[in-house]
Amino acid sequence: MTTFAKVKRSQHTSIPAGVLALLILLVLAALPFLVYQSVTNIMVNLFILLVLASMWNLLAGYGGLISVGQQAFVGLGAYGVLFLAQHGVDPFIAIPFAILVGVVFAVPASWFLFRLSGGYFAIATWVIAVVAEIAITGVPSLGGGTGAALPGLSGIDPVQLGADTYWASAAVGVLSIAVVFLIMRSRLGLVLTAVRDNEIGARSVGVKVTRAKLIVFLVSAAGSAAAGALIAISQLNVQAANVFNIQWSAYMIFAVLIGGIGTIEGPILGTVIFIVMQQELARFNAWYLIIVGSLAVVIAIWVKGGIWAQISERTGIRLFPTGYYVDTAEDEMEGKRLGRRRISKVIGGDRQSGQLSEAAETT
Amino acid sequence: MLNAIIQGILLGGLVVLFACGLSLLFGVMGVINLAHGDIAVAAAYVAVAIVPVLHIPAIWIFAIVVPLFMVAGYIVQRLLIQPSLNSGPLTTLLVTFGLSVIIENLLLEIFSANSHSLAIGSLASSAFKLSSQISIAYLSLLILVVSIVVVAGVQLGLYRTRTGRIIRAVADDREAAELIGADYRHIFGIAAGLAFGTVALAGLSLAMYSQVDPSSGPDYLIFGFEAVVIGGLGSLWGTFAGGIVLGIATTIGLFLSANFGALAPHIVFLLVLALRPQGFFPKKVAV
Amino acid sequence: MGRRPNMAEVVAAEPALSNQILEVEGLCAHHGQLLALDGVSFTVGEGSVFAVIGANGAGKSTLMRSIAGLHRPSEGRVIFDGTDITRLSTPQRVELGISLVPEGRRLFASLSVEENLLTGTYIRRSGHWTIERVYEMFPWMWQRKNQRSSLLSGGEQQTVAISRALLANPRLLLIDELSLGLAPIVVRSIYGSLSKIMEGGLTVLIVEQDVNQALSVAAKFQCMLEGRTTLSGKPAEFTPEEIEAAYFGLNSTSSIHGKD
Repeated sequence: MTTFAKVKRSQHTSIPAGVLALLILLVLAALPFLVYQSVTNIMVNLFILLVLASMWNLLAGYGGLISVGQQAFVGLGAYGVLFLAQHGVDPFIAIPFAILVGVVFAVPASWFLFRLSGGYFAIATWVIAVVAEIAITGVPSLGGGTGAALPGLSGIDPVQLGADTYWASAAVGVLSIAVVFLIMRSRLGLVLTAVRDNEIGARSVGVKVTRAKLIVFLVSAAGSAAAGALIAISQLNVQAANVFNIQWSAYMIFAVLIGGIGTIEGPILGTVIFIVMQQELARFNAWYLIIVGSLAVVIAIWVKGGIWAQISERTGIRLFPTGYYVDTAEDEMEGKRLGRRRISKVIGGDRQSGQLSEAAETT
Repeated sequence: MLNAIIQGILLGGLVVLFACGLSLLFGVMGVINLAHGDIAVAAAYVAVAIVPVLHIPAIWIFAIVVPLFMVAGYIVQRLLIQPSLNSGPLTTLLVTFGLSVIIENLLLEIFSANSHSLAIGSLASSAFKLSSQISIAYLSLLILVVSIVVVAGVQLGLYRTRTGRIIRAVADDREAAELIGADYRHIFGIAAGLAFGTVALAGLSLAMYSQVDPSSGPDYLIFGFEAVVIGGLGSLWGTFAGGIVLGIATTIGLFLSANFGALAPHIVFLLVLALRPQGFFPKKVAV
Repeated sequence: MGRRPNMAEVVAAEPALSNQILEVEGLCAHHGQLLALDGVSFTVGEGSVFAVIGANGAGKSTLMRSIAGLHRPSEGRVIFDGTDITRLSTPQRVELGISLVPEGRRLFASLSVEENLLTGTYIRRSGHWTIERVYEMFPWMWQRKNQRSSLLSGGEQQTVAISRALLANPRLLLIDELSLGLAPIVVRSIYGSLSKIMEGGLTVLIVEQDVNQALSVAAKFQCMLEGRTTLSGKPAEFTPEEIEAAYFGLNSTSSIHGKD
């Protein structure tokens, strides 16, 4: 008997998923014409969190770098927009420049941070965020500690502004998912997967681990700064205590942990769950963060891979085919009869432990 | 300048007391507890809450809160940190971060955002003068002495007692420790109890010394962490020196501006990290 | 060992099966997907030396770790002195009287020699061994008790590791890869002290790659290959060729199984 084994990337769910994604994109684009602004306002918050969560997932889930100081870049993005708006630039046009501000700050920050690892890296990111906040509040023209209103948008019709804000955040949200997806499909993605599975092994075969981590760090800084820019535009006000608040890290980390770390789908699902819980539990004040935080802790400890892994393991659905799959069948006929069982996670891909053994047993 | 050094030394004791538990947890089980600062704040709030109920002098609160937090440390280790250790090294970071956010918001809900302090009567304000410029508060001196005694006691316990020996053995090799009959989870629990106890003591001292508010936990964590890195990992005397350096940097920074006073210790920390990442008193073996 | 027992003595000795201190029944263990132990069974009589020999990767260490409770077997039972201990934790087994000297010695590197020895007394099982007895037997340890254990030579470390295990006063001592990485003269000296170690009625289970050394002291042995027992019995019952064949798996397939 001959054994055919093909290394494939896409999966049977990928093509319908692509059609579905297009449909979703169309609906998202048309949303301001379909629903009230109160809904699109919530969607703006959702997209901001989506950007933060997927960027933190890229950093921690794929890069293995646990940061609790991403609010540094959120704050800098927000202040970047404020600064440019104060100098006559349209805040929406300023978003790319805000991203640049984040990256420019992330480069020197990495010089310090990359001397540390694990928990020390994590606390040091916190230090960086504190330093950024204190430094910014020392600039009187940016409002010092009390903050400043965002100029340049006061003349626009509120409905139009709401829709513009929505479109901008939707665009950044979709773009950040696309960036993570493309990174994970590229060579860099393979490197990151290798590092995630076995860092020492990857280093020993010559993989440039530090360079890969640095790229991930810069990309996630850029994304977080973009989210900060959107926060400034959606709130029309920039205040250091708000945009540099540790709560941004709490939000993104909780969303990723609930949805599932180390997959693209996880942060998306986690973001939706987080926003729904935030809306539902809003009347309980800070209790909602306690409840969501407890849920995140419980999932992090006892539910491996978060909620998405549970769904994916039971249904076999993957929306973003980033890994490779070895397609095995005893022979062509046999393969058809068996409905082509797939052994997944042979080379990289999504973090779903236990899949290999299950698939191997059924074959 | 002399005053800055003296105030720095007085503060250094508190920083060491705070960092002692941080180093202990990292040295024994490789866990960085991101909720460490919030636990200190929580201890202060527990004290604030029970002092009026019990009608006892505030100074006796130590005898209640510190043992309470030691037990809490054991329970948190066995219930949360141990299972997260089992599921991966990064999980402990995420779980302790989650704890940090949960504790902060719980305190916020229960006690509001107002800052509190532990009233201890005349001791808080009385001081003696060394010269016309330099005065030393009795309380600061007391905290310094208590900190040194406690930290030295923990060190002595680790090196001179049976339990301390097993804690160090588990830190070296937990499987080999199991083979001599030690359940390393239980030993981790004891280490966590010690860590929580010392940080509770630090939190209570802090609440007597100045004021705490629910969101100040991370600031203390950062301060303690910076002292640890400046001093060199695993060296408690190094941490003491690191605390003094940070205290002096703050005092000098405040001469220039309020903003710079807040920034200066962090800049010192980053400079040390850039120029001498191993710290000033590095030690090969942690604990 | 000496003379062969006559038939009457064998029959009389039957009920004495109860002083089999260790019974391993159909033990299977996995490392991930890999089957490391494939239905291993044997018994060890109290007060004797039992040797497990086999090449690298034969599953010897997994067997020892399963008996000590460090590895959870997927099938089978481990019975210690009539009690099923398969589900007990390692510390619980130490309390019952099973101590393992792990492969690579695994002394506590930051502890001194004496501190390493003292950790052995953690469970406070009373018995023959005290720290004074250890120092009496190995006087050099007394002289170097304050040295850091990582500064000792391999043979010295092995002796300290065995002493540490003895201080728990076990009834069954497991020694994994006793001679690994040690000079032959050191190995001989450690084997030389074995009879003294066993004075208190101790049972010893040794895992070895050095076949001759192990078989010279063992009352019974078994040879393992790829997780299975390929030969078992008393050393005198087999020719060196038979043992070699079982060791390398040269002959037929798996079980030539015991003659006893």
